[in-house]
Amino acid sequence: MINIILLGFLAVVAIAVAMMRDLFAIVMLFGIYSLLTAGIFVSLDAVDVAFTEAAVGAGISTILILSTLALTSREEKQPTHSFLLPLLVVLVTGATLVYGTLDMPAFSDPEAPVHQHVAPHYLNQAEQETGVPNIVTAVLASYRSYDTMGEVTVIFTAGIAVLLLLSAFRHHEDEASNLNDLSHHPVLRYIARLMIPFILLFALYVQFHGDYGPGGGFQAGVIFAAGFILYGLVVGIDKTRQMFSESKLHWLMASGLLLYIGVGIVSLLLGGEFLNYNVFAADPLKGQHWGIFLVELGVGITVTATMISVFLAFSEVRRSE
Amino acid sequence: MSTFIDLYNYWIFIFLMMVGFYIVISQGNLVKKIIGLNIFQTAVFLLYISMGKVKGGTAPIIMAGDVSYSNPLPHVLILTAIVVGVATTALAMALIIRIRKAYGTIEEQDIHEQDASL
Amino acid sequence: MISSHLPVLQVVLPLIAAPLCLLLRRSSLLWILSFAASLAAMIIAWLLLQQAGSSGVISYTIGGWAAPWGIEYRIDTLNAYVLLIVTSISTVVLLAAKKSIEQEIPQQHWPMFYSSYLLCLTGLLGITATGDAFNVFVFLEISSLSSYALISLGRDRRALTASYQYLVMGTIGATFILIGIGLLYMLTGTLNMHDLAQRLPAVAQSKTLLSAFAFLFVGISLKLALFPLHLWLPNAYTYSPSIVSAFLAGTATKVAVYVLLRFIFTVFGADYAFSVLPLTEILMLLAVAAIMFASISAIYQSNIKRLFAYSSVAQLGYIILGIGFLSVSGLTATLLHLFNHALMKAALFMALACVLYRQGDVMFSNVKGLGKTMPWTFMAIVLGGLSLVGVPLTVGFISKWYLVVAAIEQGHFVLVAIILFGSLLALVYVWRLVEQGYFHNSEEDHPRQEAPLSLLIPTWMLVLANIYLGIDTSLTIGAAEQAAQMLLGQAGGGSP
Repeated sequence: MINIILLGFLAVVAIAVAMMRDLFAIVMLFGIYSLLTAGIFVSLDAVDVAFTEAAVGAGISTILILSTLALTSREEKQPTHSFLLPLLVVLVTGATLVYGTLDMPAFSDPEAPVHQHVAPHYLNQAEQETGVPNIVTAVLASYRSYDTMGEVTVIFTAGIAVLLLLSAFRHHEDEASNLNDLSHHPVLRYIARLMIPFILLFALYVQFHGDYGPGGGFQAGVIFAAGFILYGLVVGIDKTRQMFSESKLHWLMASGLLLYIGVGIVSLLLGGEFLNYNVFAADPLKGQHWGIFLVELGVGITVTATMISVFLAFSEVRRSE
Repeated sequence: MSTFIDLYNYWIFIFLMMVGFYIVISQGNLVKKIIGLNIFQTAVFLLYISMGKVKGGTAPIIMAGDVSYSNPLPHVLILTAIVVGVATTALAMALIIRIRKAYGTIEEQDIHEQDASL
Repeated sequence: MISSHLPVLQVVLPLIAAPLCLLLRRSSLLWILSFAASLAAMIIAWLLLQQAGSSGVISYTIGGWAAPWGIEYRIDTLNAYVLLIVTSISTVVLLAAKKSIEQEIPQQHWPMFYSSYLLCLTGLLGITATGDAFNVFVFLEISSLSSYALISLGRDRRALTASYQYLVMGTIGATFILIGIGLLYMLTGTLNMHDLAQRLPAVAQSKTLLSAFAFLFVGISLKLALFPLHLWLPNAYTYSPSIVSAFLAGTATKVAVYVLLRFIFTVFGADYAFSVLPLTEILMLLAVAAIMFASISAIYQSNIKRLFAYSSVAQLGYIILGIGFLSVSGLTATLLHLFNHALMKAALFMALACVLYRQGDVMFSNVKGLGKTMPWTFMAIVLGGLSLVGVPLTVGFISKWYLVVAAIEQGHFVLVAIILFGSLLALVYVWRLVEQGYFHNSEEDHPRQEAPLSLLIPTWMLVLANIYLGIDTSLTIGAAEQAAQMLLGQAGGGSP
């Protein structure tokens, strides 16, 4: 029943976003929307998803949109065109979906088809077959590992795209101005400096504990990147750029993805199918352990490097303003 | 009435999807469109995750004892979809920054006017 | 040993090359690596088509997990044929890419350009090869994100807005597809297409299934640029770099058509899809609207890339029309035109790359007197245009012929008239070009200045393919007919 309240909040926030004109407030509301969603995910037993939604939806997306607003404009203009056509499209689409719900299994019904086919195999066999008690990790990194490779590729693609789009602004190496860091706020600086080691430590925990609890390469990568970004805010963008030169970041972004594909190629050379970890050791469970460890590491590396690249690309645009 | 109890979750998700979708297709501000897209997608994620819920179930991390678990597969799919969503948002924001530099505005209307006057 | 891994190598080889592009420092190596990856993919696609032709369906379980628990690659004649289209176009386009990119893209962007190109290729191949519905979504997004990046690299600032518009419409399409896949999963508990096909008949009466079908149809139609959801396409093709236009025009929408065919015929089954909705009428109506509206729009364009972009929307109409007949000759026409249209449009956009290379733009004023100053390039445009019209001895004639036969078989004489009228409209816009090129002289007296051979040779390879495959039709018709029969055989209830 808490869901009713949370869902009600969600609806209110969504409507507010649609009605408001102040983009800054809209982005803040969107962050809240994401956090509320993460709360609902927890109540629906999806802890890994909640973790990711909070880090990504409420965290990364909000920050990206905010930094874009800082570079563009804050107020939205009153749209002038008609609302009738969009409303009609939305009503037809919504009606089609509502029609579809009429034959849906009731919410949380254990007899629903999704709980009868495929999933029981994961719940009953996955721990024996992969040695991983967190079934989400087992499916993500082993049964459907190929999807996850696609996911890393998506991140890599987006990273390249952002760099392609924003690299035109990277010609101000010598100007030593630090507009968007914390150098003028000594207290914040001190606290930030204090937090960084703990953030990195937590990231390591999340990276290597994904087998047993919520977490894994993606969430760890986001936290790692957050630690370095905070470092960037403390010491300045230039120093961070010195630490992570463009070519070093390119190298890291590529190597995470290559590590993932490499695991697949090696399994292929050892006589298994692509990404079949069983062939890595005499004991298939040990093979699975190594396979999952390595691909999660690949995910972590590419995510960290991409996030840092994107952050630096966005901050360098701001400085060139 | 029982239909309502069984399905109201889905209907709220659909409502959220449609609010997001409406923002995307009715608004002229480029940033707001992307926020609408995110609201739309997040509501779809809710639909997926709610399919996986089992009455009395817990998170699918195997423990000792006789426990019923929720379905892990939708969780895995949505983890991927969330990442795809943020990747799209990042790319869209970079595009918007470039559009602002090129046109001096992020309103669809103004951009059309500038292009039409060429 | 290698031959059993071909299905996955088809996708993984170009994927490995993409991050490697970022690591290469020497720009000459970049092109060699990309070309080699694409060529290898083409050879693999060719081998897969042979294998699928002789042994039927090839199944490859990734990670060693049997379907439906793991992700399966499932290759039959249909997707092997589409894989061959995509890889051939990509390879020939890359052959020409070096010179064109040197001129249009700043050098600092080359590594990332080639990387995005390969990622886009990987995405398109992944969508085509997979037998898993959710995996389609993941690779769809790889190809989409990389194409947004590629389009935004155009020199005109409108490339940015074109890319943004495509991003918004493409993401709506992908989200619709995601909803459709979710509903299918909800009904069956599985994501594997083959498994879905076996489980869906049991829930054929479900309202949820109808809703799923509607969302998948609209979502795929957005990616396919099916009229009236085509709004992103003209701008995207017009303002992207020349090489990107040629690549996307030859591949992206073709893969979307494949996805539509796969879902209608393999997953839902033609019996369901054509009985639950008046799909024949819907497809025919949209196709006719696309042919008429887009062909007429094409006539009024002053930018030639935009002209051919509208012509693409019209040609997609012919491709969709063939599906509506639900007959072997109709589907054969669809599949033939998939290949043939890819050949025509790649040839035409490559010829435009040549024009842009010398003239700096591709407006009508730029082709004035081109028959004299760039005779080979202009001849390529004319021959490509004739193929578009459907003149005998070109590939365009073959696919239109099959389409007309399919229409006559079912007594749709109005459609025959519309197909012929569409060709007439195509003749009008091609004639406008011919007139400009041969009968008008440029105001300034340009000396004869042909495009460099490295651009001209790949363009002519495609032009000659348009003619060769229009005369010796055994290769394309053989595969297309086999795939069409397979699709309809499944419709009859049997599964492969």
